[in-house]
Amino acid sequence: MNAKISNFSGNLIEFRNVSFHINDIPRREVISGVTLAVPAGDAVVLLGRSGSGKTTLLRLINAMLLPSRGEVLVQGRATLEWDPIRLRRGIGYVIQEAGLFPHFTVGENVALVPSLEKWDRERTEARVGELLRLVGLEPGEFAGRRPRELSGGQRQRVGVARALAADPPILLMDEPFGALDPVTRAELQREFRALAERLGKTIVFVTHDLREALLLASRIVLLEAGRIVAVAPPQEFLRLEHPEVRAFAASLETGPGVPA
Amino acid sequence: MSAGLGAWSFFMEHRAEILGATLEHVELVLISMVIAMFIAVPLGMFVVQRPALRAISIGVANVFQTIPSLALFGFLIPIPFIGGIGKRTAIVALVLYALLPILRNTYVGLSGIDPAVLEAAEAMGMTPLQVLFRVRFPLALAVILAGIRTATIITIGIATIAAAIGAGGLGTFIFRGVALVSDSLILAGAIPAALLALFADFLLGLLERRLRVA
Repeated sequence: MNAKISNFSGNLIEFRNVSFHINDIPRREVISGVTLAVPAGDAVVLLGRSGSGKTTLLRLINAMLLPSRGEVLVQGRATLEWDPIRLRRGIGYVIQEAGLFPHFTVGENVALVPSLEKWDRERTEARVGELLRLVGLEPGEFAGRRPRELSGGQRQRVGVARALAADPPILLMDEPFGALDPVTRAELQREFRALAERLGKTIVFVTHDLREALLLASRIVLLEAGRIVAVAPPQEFLRLEHPEVRAFAASLETGPGVPA
Repeated sequence: MSAGLGAWSFFMEHRAEILGATLEHVELVLISMVIAMFIAVPLGMFVVQRPALRAISIGVANVFQTIPSLALFGFLIPIPFIGGIGKRTAIVALVLYALLPILRNTYVGLSGIDPAVLEAAEAMGMTPLQVLFRVRFPLALAVILAGIRTATIITIGIATIAAAIGAGGLGTFIFRGVALVSDSLILAGAIPAALLALFADFLLGLLERRLRVA
């Protein structure tokens, strides 16, 4: 099933005039008429203020939410038609604070999707070791630990390893580095960028941090009040005239700890 | 001093009887607790998936909890099949008392899981049943056990009253002692009952601490 996703070329994810309102109350529209295509291998960063609908958009991709109007296609197939369980096992998901299972060891956390997919033990163990090394954690030292014995940065590394476990072609990331201290954060951003380039995953990344967007995106999608107001590659993004782009650009100049 | 010595020699003389009553007491408590757990834990797991049922089920359990124990025994006696004089009626009443703490803690434990953990579980493609049994339940276990602990202590206490409807146990000594105005007889029931409660509390507390995660 997963192989079927990964061999897909063209738009891996596509939003077609998607609206979403809470409890189907049209007045409370969180997403309004979003159309967006994400080709395989793209790294799209959804940028916007709190409440702009970034996370909602992300959750529409793995069918945690279903559109009120329009449709979201993954691999050419509407999320409504997917078995949500199958769909999600082919999509990696990383969130703020990682959401690791506190009663599992690090190794068991990483092995979650393989165990759901009933991989045999040898294959799973090899994969866990491979992934922990990939995110810079020595398996011998970390696989047996509990999440509470890790630092925030280490937990987030485990979160990334867990999301990559079954080698999903798509990676969804919801402010994964948002709760980290600035130094660890910059470190993880750099490493993740290198990792993403190497793995060639299709990534949709949510953030409210323009610097992070500029660093990680192949395309920045700016959201304001549930609508897409600008789409541009990072090198062109800052030149756009839209007022919300200007507002974010201004935050870059006055933001704390940003060199002039 | 002499009263203490009197009680002690009474204990030694009647140790076989006291031991028998203690075992009978433990049996009443164990049977009731096992039945209560088999009802309340699955019910809590079911209710947590359907929040609409929460108020009703906890409300009903609350009603049983609120009725004074002697009154509840009284209510049960005239009911056919489950009622009458004896162990069966006592067990039914003890089960009803034990339900609420277990049900409430099962519900609270299962619904009090870190939302980020649940979101991750869902997003990884776990089915609702997998989320329940592999994430919610193990993480709620310590809280559920705390409910079982509370229920056990309550049951050990109320089981002494069950002697009033002929269920046996340590309460037999207490009621007889009150009727005969014999401190030794009262203490022969009260001391083992108190020790039993303290011992159960200690043991289950130990288990609870071992199960607590993060």
